[in-house]
Amino acid sequence: MSEPAHMNPARSFQGLILTLQRYWAEQGCVILQPYDMEVGAGTFHPATTLRALGPKSWRAAYVQPSRRPKDGRYGENPNRLQHYYQFQVILKPNPPNLQELYLGSLKAIGIDTALHDIRFVEDDWESPTLGAWGLGWECWCDGMEVSQFTYFQQVAGFECSPVAGELTYGLERLAMYLQGVESIYDLNFNGLDGVEKVTYGDVFLQAEQEYSRHNFEHADTEMLFRHFRDAEAACRKYLEAGEPKPDANDQRHLMALPAYDQCIKASHMFNLLDARGVISVTERQSYILRVRELAKACGAAWLKTEGGGVAA
Amino acid sequence: MPDLLLELFSEEIPARMQRRAAEDLKKLVTDALVERGFLYEGAKAFATPRRLALHIAGLPVKGQDVREERKGPRVGSPEAAIQGFLKGAGLASIDQAKIESDPKKGEFYVAVIEKPGRSTPDVLAEILPNIVKNFPWPKSMRWGAASREPGSLRWVRPLHSIVCTFGPETEDPEVVRFDVDGIGSGDVTKGHRFLAPDEIRVKRFDDYAPALERAKVVIDTDRRKDMILHDAKDLAFAQGLELVEDEGLLEEVAGLVEWPVVLMGSFDEAFLDIPPEVIRTTIRANQKCFVLRDPATGKLANKFLLTSNLIASDGGKTIVGGNERVVRARLSDANFFWKTDQQVKLEDRLEKLKSIVFHEKLGTQYERVERIAALAKELAPIVGADPELAERAARLAKADLVTEMVGEFPELQGLMGRYYATLQGEHASVAAAIEEHYKPLGPSDRVPTDLVSVAVALADKIDTLVGFWAIDEKPTGSKDPYALRRAALGVIRLALAGHNLKLSDIIWRHFARVREDAAQMQAIAHLAPVAERAVQLSAQGSDLAVKLLAIVREHHQDSLIEATSLEQAFYDYQATSDLLSFFADRLKVYLRDQGARHDLIDAVFALEGQDDLLMIVRRVEALGRFLDTEDGKNLLAGYRRAANILRIEEKKDGRAYNEVPDLQIVNDQGQIEEKILAVALYGEDGSREGARKAIDSEDFEGAMRALSRLRQPVDAFFDKVTVNAEDPALRANRLRLLNSIREATRTVADFSRIEG
Repeated sequence: MSEPAHMNPARSFQGLILTLQRYWAEQGCVILQPYDMEVGAGTFHPATTLRALGPKSWRAAYVQPSRRPKDGRYGENPNRLQHYYQFQVILKPNPPNLQELYLGSLKAIGIDTALHDIRFVEDDWESPTLGAWGLGWECWCDGMEVSQFTYFQQVAGFECSPVAGELTYGLERLAMYLQGVESIYDLNFNGLDGVEKVTYGDVFLQAEQEYSRHNFEHADTEMLFRHFRDAEAACRKYLEAGEPKPDANDQRHLMALPAYDQCIKASHMFNLLDARGVISVTERQSYILRVRELAKACGAAWLKTEGGGVAA
Repeated sequence: MPDLLLELFSEEIPARMQRRAAEDLKKLVTDALVERGFLYEGAKAFATPRRLALHIAGLPVKGQDVREERKGPRVGSPEAAIQGFLKGAGLASIDQAKIESDPKKGEFYVAVIEKPGRSTPDVLAEILPNIVKNFPWPKSMRWGAASREPGSLRWVRPLHSIVCTFGPETEDPEVVRFDVDGIGSGDVTKGHRFLAPDEIRVKRFDDYAPALERAKVVIDTDRRKDMILHDAKDLAFAQGLELVEDEGLLEEVAGLVEWPVVLMGSFDEAFLDIPPEVIRTTIRANQKCFVLRDPATGKLANKFLLTSNLIASDGGKTIVGGNERVVRARLSDANFFWKTDQQVKLEDRLEKLKSIVFHEKLGTQYERVERIAALAKELAPIVGADPELAERAARLAKADLVTEMVGEFPELQGLMGRYYATLQGEHASVAAAIEEHYKPLGPSDRVPTDLVSVAVALADKIDTLVGFWAIDEKPTGSKDPYALRRAALGVIRLALAGHNLKLSDIIWRHFARVREDAAQMQAIAHLAPVAERAVQLSAQGSDLAVKLLAIVREHHQDSLIEATSLEQAFYDYQATSDLLSFFADRLKVYLRDQGARHDLIDAVFALEGQDDLLMIVRRVEALGRFLDTEDGKNLLAGYRRAANILRIEEKKDGRAYNEVPDLQIVNDQGQIEEKILAVALYGEDGSREGARKAIDSEDFEGAMRALSRLRQPVDAFFDKVTVNAEDPALRANRLRLLNSIREATRTVADFSRIEG
């Protein structure tokens, strides 16, 4: 590739992202941008959750900033962040050579399989909040987990038909390995040197400190509880409003996506409340269940839309 | 004889499932063959991360021919009957049938039907697809475009290809053709994913195994294990070190590689300040690597061994470097946990246990700790431990559950508590008990000997048992999700190490503690929504909320009072006796496993109020020894004679003779032997009193000796005295005397349960 040196995935964080995007674009994926809401993982993006449902083929790749309020460490832990990036790929149905395609992506970012020990180690994935599970592996490179590889079996409580293959790359960890640095904050973000060099710390350290304070100490719990309830109610309301009338000719659901946004929101509110430690262990399960019920209802609605396979 | 080669080639099979899957494949295929009459000489199955393979040697080329004769109609029967016969026997014309005759029927047709045995490949092609489709994976999945259709093939991970050949050594074998959901069988496989990715055409097992070996695949798990172990030991030896062997890890690692290459990495020596168990657990759990120790000191070395799946072009330098990075990061984490955990004293962690639910009906870990502490303190004097130390140890025993280290590595629970307790200057017995209170974990696990450990270990287990009995979650059949049988066995083994526990009192009292916490949980669950609302409102300064909260608290009180009602006490009584009989059952199982006579166990258990496990066992042992003596055997014979006579006479008279015999009658009318027996039973030094006294002071040998003094008088009595005397009063009294013999033996055991 004729990339300039500073775009080399082994030298720059953004180079890594761009290389993966280019690679998966060549495999026929639509390259999406991050979903414009706070999510806990790339899987929450409707391009994965909802598109995994229904009979239509679908290939997409995107970066998703992910927020896990509980994982914040005030910028003091070199390996843990409350906000980080996932690179997400979904191929539906999964092509028979998905493993080879994945290995090809590693090669594209400079991981030579003649030198590195790549392993597929059993790791079954489950998201209780999304009512989703799949079988697959964590992918190891020289003993380090660099990706998660999952064949979705169920999403939002529905069997996946056909099954989608999902790849999730932990970008920071992968970049740390490629760049040979010991702390996330030392990652070279733009690949430049000297005064022009911008590190991950330059971009995100302050944010990690501030959000850790917010997540653990100051987040307004009254408001978050309220927002949780509001989002839950709004989700139900939109689902009901979008439901086709029994006697109408058009039996499509009309508002699956806006409803699903509220499900995402409720999930994030829950994560924040959980980080603030105001949800007792006994309540925890019931909150997760409430989000799952929303996700299931949204999935059911999606299956009644065009995207979910209903003819226009 | 020809061989079968079968290979199912897929994406990476979880290591933990491989061995079982290979065995299942072998069993399913050989069973299906045998069921169809195909015998074979030998079968062996193999598994690697990417394939299951099966070799069956010495199969016949085809099944047995079957010849059948079918009788038909008489010669000259109507055409319809002839046609029906031809159709049924599959003949084209009546010329193909032969004619036989017998004197009764005359001449009749017989069809000879010859079914040639089916060819083995045909049979294989019929049975194998079903075996693949219905393979018993613990977890299986659908994949790819085929998964659009309902009922598509399920496999542990996507199945890519199938090799199936059959044939004799001398000729080219044939491919057994079949199709499973679009995957056709053939004779092509692949080698190692990276080292030999090309397709390989195979003929039979004899060339399959070596071809794969050349393609860097060792199909035999045990051989991969040997290779890893051998190389690991060599590498360790070269450094003057010793491998810390770990069979579980070895098995797992062998399931992660097709071509094992063992490499050595190292880490900063400074990390060796972390407890060795932590280093080992970290490196094992996260990295699946072995650790090494210095054979001279037994201490861990700052080296580890990884098993890669690659002959790397740089000799493994990059792989080692990468693994070292990860190990370094993991040990840094562990070191961080180790250091930060020490900054909070164990007692200051207890508050956090309030947020860990032990069981939704039994309260939090905090409440459980309170119960265990109370029970441990109560048990301490019984087992000879210092009550204060036992209480302290129990209170700290679960504190490590909320340390960072145990949060990361749950298997280090107890051990970390001990380390942290020692570091914060706790008494050595307290520190030991924190680790040992989980013991014994199984029938072969060590039983702790430190008395403080014994008290806390007993309290922990009894609390678990009483708790689950209180909420009626007892083990049923093969289901025992809370390992309650193991807990009971733990109590048994601890008690039998020499501690007298009056279990019924202990359990009964502990039920009250559990009940209180359970009732609280119930009340909380009931009132939770109201309480939540009340708390929210009160935060807004609502007056109403304050009232609401008061109501919540009041109701809370009420439910506690309800819980201690009489009804509950009755329930507790039932639950206590039920739990005691569970202990009795477990003890019987345990003793039987130890080789004790089950009839003697029953004989002792048949007595009322047997709740001291140690005493039960001592009594069983003493009884066994006594019955081995001449006195014991004769007394047992005497007892049986007495019991038999009594049974017959009591039945005849329709009444029991369980009153005390009238000694005046014995004295006035009795024979000498009868008088001697009465003295032996009731005299100052009599057996009844002697046995009872001995039992009261837990001297079972003494009790048996007291009983043995009855032997001669009983023998003499039966020798000389006629029980069924003419005089009804004398007869009745003699029967009462016999009953006294029966009663006397009951001080020791229920002799009617003794066999042989």
